[in-house]
Amino acid sequence: MDNCTNPLQITGRNTIAVIREMGRMGCFLVTSLFFLLSPPLLLKRIIKQMHFIGVKTILVIVLTGSFTGMVLSLQSYHVLILFGAEAKLGSILALSLIREIGPVITALMIVGRAGSALTAEIGIMRMSEQVDALDAMGLNPYKYLINPNLIAGILVFPVLTAFFIVAGIWGGYLVAVKLTGLSSGLFYGAMAESILMLDLKLGLYKSVSFGLLVTWICCYKGFYAGVGGNFGAEGVSRATTDAVVLCSVLVLVLDYYITSVMLF
Amino acid sequence: MIQIIDLHKKFGENHVLRGVSLTVNRGESFALIGASGKGKSVLLKHLIGLMKPDKGQVLVDGEDIGQMRGRKLKALKDRFGIVFQFGALFDSLTVYENVAFPLQEKTKHSAAEIDKIVRRELANVDLEEAADNYPAQISGGMRKRVAVARCMVMNPEVILFDEPTTGLDPVISNSIYHMIQNLRNTDNLTSFIISHDIPGIFKVVDRVAMLHEGKIVASGTAEEIQNSDNPVVRKFLMGEIE
Repeated sequence: MDNCTNPLQITGRNTIAVIREMGRMGCFLVTSLFFLLSPPLLLKRIIKQMHFIGVKTILVIVLTGSFTGMVLSLQSYHVLILFGAEAKLGSILALSLIREIGPVITALMIVGRAGSALTAEIGIMRMSEQVDALDAMGLNPYKYLINPNLIAGILVFPVLTAFFIVAGIWGGYLVAVKLTGLSSGLFYGAMAESILMLDLKLGLYKSVSFGLLVTWICCYKGFYAGVGGNFGAEGVSRATTDAVVLCSVLVLVLDYYITSVMLF
Repeated sequence: MIQIIDLHKKFGENHVLRGVSLTVNRGESFALIGASGKGKSVLLKHLIGLMKPDKGQVLVDGEDIGQMRGRKLKALKDRFGIVFQFGALFDSLTVYENVAFPLQEKTKHSAAEIDKIVRRELANVDLEEAADNYPAQISGGMRKRVAVARCMVMNPEVILFDEPTTGLDPVISNSIYHMIQNLRNTDNLTSFIISHDIPGIFKVVDRVAMLHEGKIVASGTAEEIQNSDNPVVRKFLMGEIE
């Protein structure tokens, strides 16, 4: 069966495998959300995971945020000046950061720093039977391993996105005002005029959705590390790579859909 | 106490268990022997509800584990303790924290009471001095002893051992057997040990069964198995079946 060469058979088999994987991912999320509502809340574990995902990522977020803002400001300035529209720089910078770049790049940075580590940690626990040990003790692995990460992700992503946006605006300000000589009042004035509550809501919804998406996929990939025959270190490394790739793609796909729903 | 009836389990095309039936009595020490990778660990996981059978039943005191859900299954798990092949200790916790973990999460004992129980169980497995070490800092044999201590803090009725001496040198293996021997003296504790360590395992159990090609091919006392004229058992005892 495994060495079939008929293209139709191969396509069919791969389609079934993808549908099965999607079904398992869906069941995993539903099960996790079901246990999210049942006590105990495990507040200590949630705080620990918030620290792991959030606090330890702040520096990376601030650095990437400021340089993103700086390069965005520099590029936009050189284009806008051609049309004499450099006064709109603050507005373009803030809207891009709040609506799109902030939530997306923050999510991608968290995937790289904390998401991959999350998958590896849960994957190693799965491979070394620590997940089975929890289950054998009558402790629900979803409750102890997955839910604290989901809650921490949902809470931490918007905060880190806010850090990214603030750092981005600050970086953009440095380039626009200190380097190119744009008036500070013009920079902030355009920004204040153009930002609406809808933009802030859009950024918030995106970051919360990305928080759930990233922690869900990373936890899922770790929890099922080894399924499909890749065990040990290879299984964990495969799961981690899959988690990072899938999260990165789905963040961009989800970004498009949230934008299209919110703006139209 | 534990009755396994016609248990079947398949993983894809691999039919691992093909109708296993056996009985383990309360208070006895029972060993399941057989070649590596032939389904002994799979069988063990069925006993505690970590795996569901494709067909057949696992009865504990007459109740089918396969039909248990929620609190009932949780209550059953409270009666069991399991020592995994490599200990399955939580690697981010120290030895002390590992042993204390089930007490902290599952009981309402005060911190002082937990401390007393943990120290007593660590003393029982001669590991008081390793209390502050992490699992990565101790040997394989010590990890298994910590896993035993972690089980014993919850006073289980049944303790399951998955290959307790695999990968250990003869001295450490003997210390593990000595510990299992001591557990036999614990009131009414039922032990179910899976192993392919022959003849070491015969010294510490009351009864033995052999799993071969997904089925039980022989069972009896340790002496009966050692003197069995079943050709599969003879081959296994002489090391001709891997």
